[in-house]
Amino acid sequence: MSLKKSIIAVSVAAGLAAALTACGGATPAATPSGSSSTSQLSGTVTVFAAASLKSTFIQLAKDFEAKNPGTKVTLSFAGSSDLVTQISQGAPADVFASADTKNMTKLADAKLLDGTATNFATNVLEIAVPPSNPASITSFADLAKSGVKVVMCASQVPCGAATDTVEKASGVTLTPVSEESSVTDVLGKVTSGEADAGLVYVTDVKGAGDKVKGIPFPESDKAVNTYPIGTVSSSQNKELAAAFIAAVTSEAGKKVLGDAGFGAP
Amino acid sequence: MSLNLADGETVAVLGPNGAGKSTLLGVIAGLLRPDSGSARIGGRELFTLDAGSHFWSPPHVRGTALLAQDALLFPHLNALDNVAFGPRSAGSSTAAARESAQHWLAEVDALPLANRKPAQLSGGQAQRVAVARALAAEPELLLLDEPMAALDIHAAPLLRRVLKRVLEGRKAIIVTHDILDAYMLADRVIVVESGRIAEEGPTRQVLERPRSHFAAGLAGLNLVAGSISPEGITTPDGRVFAGQHDPGWSPLPGQTGVAAFPPSSVSVFLGDVHGSPRNSFPVTITDLEPHGDQIRVRASSGSSAEALSADITPAASADLGLVPGMDVRFVVKAALVSVYPA
Amino acid sequence: MKSAAGYHGIPRWLYVIAALGGLLVVLPLVAMLAKVNWAQFVPLITSDSSMAALGLSLRTSAASTVLCIVLGVPLALVLARGEFPGQRLLRSFVLLPLVLPPVVGGIALLYTFGRQGLLGKSLEVAGIQIAFSTTAVVLAQTFVALPFLVVSLEGALRSAGSRYEAVAATLGARPTTVLRRVTLPLVLPGLASGAVLSFARSLGEFGATLTFAGSLEGVTRTLPLEIYLQRETDADAAVALSLVLVAVAVAVVGLSYGRRRSTTPSAVQA
Repeated sequence: MSLKKSIIAVSVAAGLAAALTACGGATPAATPSGSSSTSQLSGTVTVFAAASLKSTFIQLAKDFEAKNPGTKVTLSFAGSSDLVTQISQGAPADVFASADTKNMTKLADAKLLDGTATNFATNVLEIAVPPSNPASITSFADLAKSGVKVVMCASQVPCGAATDTVEKASGVTLTPVSEESSVTDVLGKVTSGEADAGLVYVTDVKGAGDKVKGIPFPESDKAVNTYPIGTVSSSQNKELAAAFIAAVTSEAGKKVLGDAGFGAP
Repeated sequence: MSLNLADGETVAVLGPNGAGKSTLLGVIAGLLRPDSGSARIGGRELFTLDAGSHFWSPPHVRGTALLAQDALLFPHLNALDNVAFGPRSAGSSTAAARESAQHWLAEVDALPLANRKPAQLSGGQAQRVAVARALAAEPELLLLDEPMAALDIHAAPLLRRVLKRVLEGRKAIIVTHDILDAYMLADRVIVVESGRIAEEGPTRQVLERPRSHFAAGLAGLNLVAGSISPEGITTPDGRVFAGQHDPGWSPLPGQTGVAAFPPSSVSVFLGDVHGSPRNSFPVTITDLEPHGDQIRVRASSGSSAEALSADITPAASADLGLVPGMDVRFVVKAALVSVYPA
Repeated sequence: MKSAAGYHGIPRWLYVIAALGGLLVVLPLVAMLAKVNWAQFVPLITSDSSMAALGLSLRTSAASTVLCIVLGVPLALVLARGEFPGQRLLRSFVLLPLVLPPVVGGIALLYTFGRQGLLGKSLEVAGIQIAFSTTAVVLAQTFVALPFLVVSLEGALRSAGSRYEAVAATLGARPTTVLRRVTLPLVLPGLASGAVLSFARSLGEFGATLTFAGSLEGVTRTLPLEIYLQRETDADAAVALSLVLVAVAVAVVGLSYGRRRSTTPSAVQA
């Protein structure tokens, strides 16, 4: 009996949600540059964003909800390619923010991108070492010294591809002790003290605070990761999605991203 | 409980279930640890657990081999390797151990079974192999825990013959329910009831003149305990059993004694009896069961609910219309009641 | 006349639910099979990185299974037959890796054997480096797979009882001889199935390996880690390798069940 009741309850909720979003879709959207407090936007917008955007997008979502009462932002963070897989298998998303252009292209090739994407940030690599810098790293070339335990991303992920580009451009070949599948794992190996150094993003170093020491290096400019953001074509709430994207690319949004260490697009 | 064993002697331990017979063997073998006690074989101490000393030897150094009603042959070894287990554990080479195993298998008439696995042996065959296995370990003391109990009536006699042969001149303790085992295999008998020794002595003596209820039950005799009086014995609740005692024995009045009489000497009557025989008392029938070609009438008598039996013909039982719960009278001729000291 | 199968007492509706359970396991595998790029299958699984990962997985799983046996047999014996204070507690701890998320297990191993870890510091002084090595992979796999062997073996030991051991002792066998010639041969089937389970679990181990050992081709990147990486860029490779993993696991488990049936006792002859 109670199972039946729960099924009915869920169906009703789903119906309501559908009705609400439909309503939200029918309302004319506010102008993108508007910071007006009397917004006609309402409803929920689901944002799939790359893992490295976690802290910034949580902030941006809060700001968006504050500026547009009656709206709700649902965030989902994961590796960019995981997100593309989920969206192409039917996961409900309105906005996709990728850590590199390759994955956005994948989405476009799958005919799931509405229009074109907008580049909103860039990220470069930085060397992260434990606060005591046990291996005395000062430059990218130091990483190739024998005995140094350096950890990097695997080539198949965006930060790994960036590292490969830097290696080629600088002529320094690294022999890492581990090639992780996500930049979070690389950072983890450094914060736990297992690795002498790791190649992560500038934003990761900033986000880790006291736990690591960051060592920037000039060759990082050779591999700049561009972050695009776009509306998913299967979105039920394209106006709200566009409004969120506008908030991200606005001056206020740029400030939040810049504070975290992202570069200008 | 204390018991002594002379060289080459086989002692049978009899007693009802739960009396502690298997526990006794377990303690001797080293598989169970008592609260206190001691044991030695020859000059070798097995264990001493007293207030003063504390010595406990593990089972594998005791020189005792245990045979239970379950043969417990190692399932993954064939009969030959099972028997060879003891010698090999003592350090013999595989070849020497197997030779010894063959000798012992021949002793128990089981040599043709040498290559069979335990799963391919019948109960009787497995028990014989188990006997060979126990003997091959060359124990100083052989412990047998109701070895025939799980065998059918065809296999048991064969094993009994084998045991009679191999127990000759060997120190052994056999726990059994079966009076035939005691008669055939044991030199002495110990009766254990509720963890205590009720009586002990040479086999014939205990079983023909039992002093404990259990031994009497085994021997198929009725037993009534009380104090000796001129007529026979007087039970604690005042009944008098008139009987004969040995001419050569002068009992002291008041000495504790028992009166024993076989069920076949008891007659069953319904009402009062003519001629007022000396031994006539009321009983309540508890059970009727076939016994050979007779009916055994089990009854309880007196305030102490003493168990007594009478053997009568099926025809007589039918004539009397006996049923459990009925009150009848048991009558025994005094000449058939033996009285002797407890 | 039908063969004497005997009455088994399974109500018909039970088969329906059992079928659902079976489907739940089989359908995802079928779905995966359907997505395999058969044209590219062989080149995908014979690529350098795939072969390296497969070889590493097999080697480390074999090593960790051996370690599980060496450590698990005494542990199972002590838990099943021994009597000492804290026995129940020990059993709960031994079973802990079964419920712990593997990633948490990896973190715990890191805190123990890592450079800053409980033992790691002393080990590093002695010149032994565990982090980022194949040894770390074997340790991680052993940690998660040990309970499988212990549980399986302990069950077999309990149901076997210790009567045969008692008999062996009265026949003059020292405890080590009893273990060697009576206890272990009698629980060999339980030990074998426990070992197979441990091997299968080691093969599929991912979370603890990732956190503790790292991921480097040929050194620490086992097949599950390779699949995790490949799915970023090459979904076809990921699916193909997954199929290989499933096939190996099915083969190993199937082998063990085939062997078990052959140890049923032969018919008793009078």
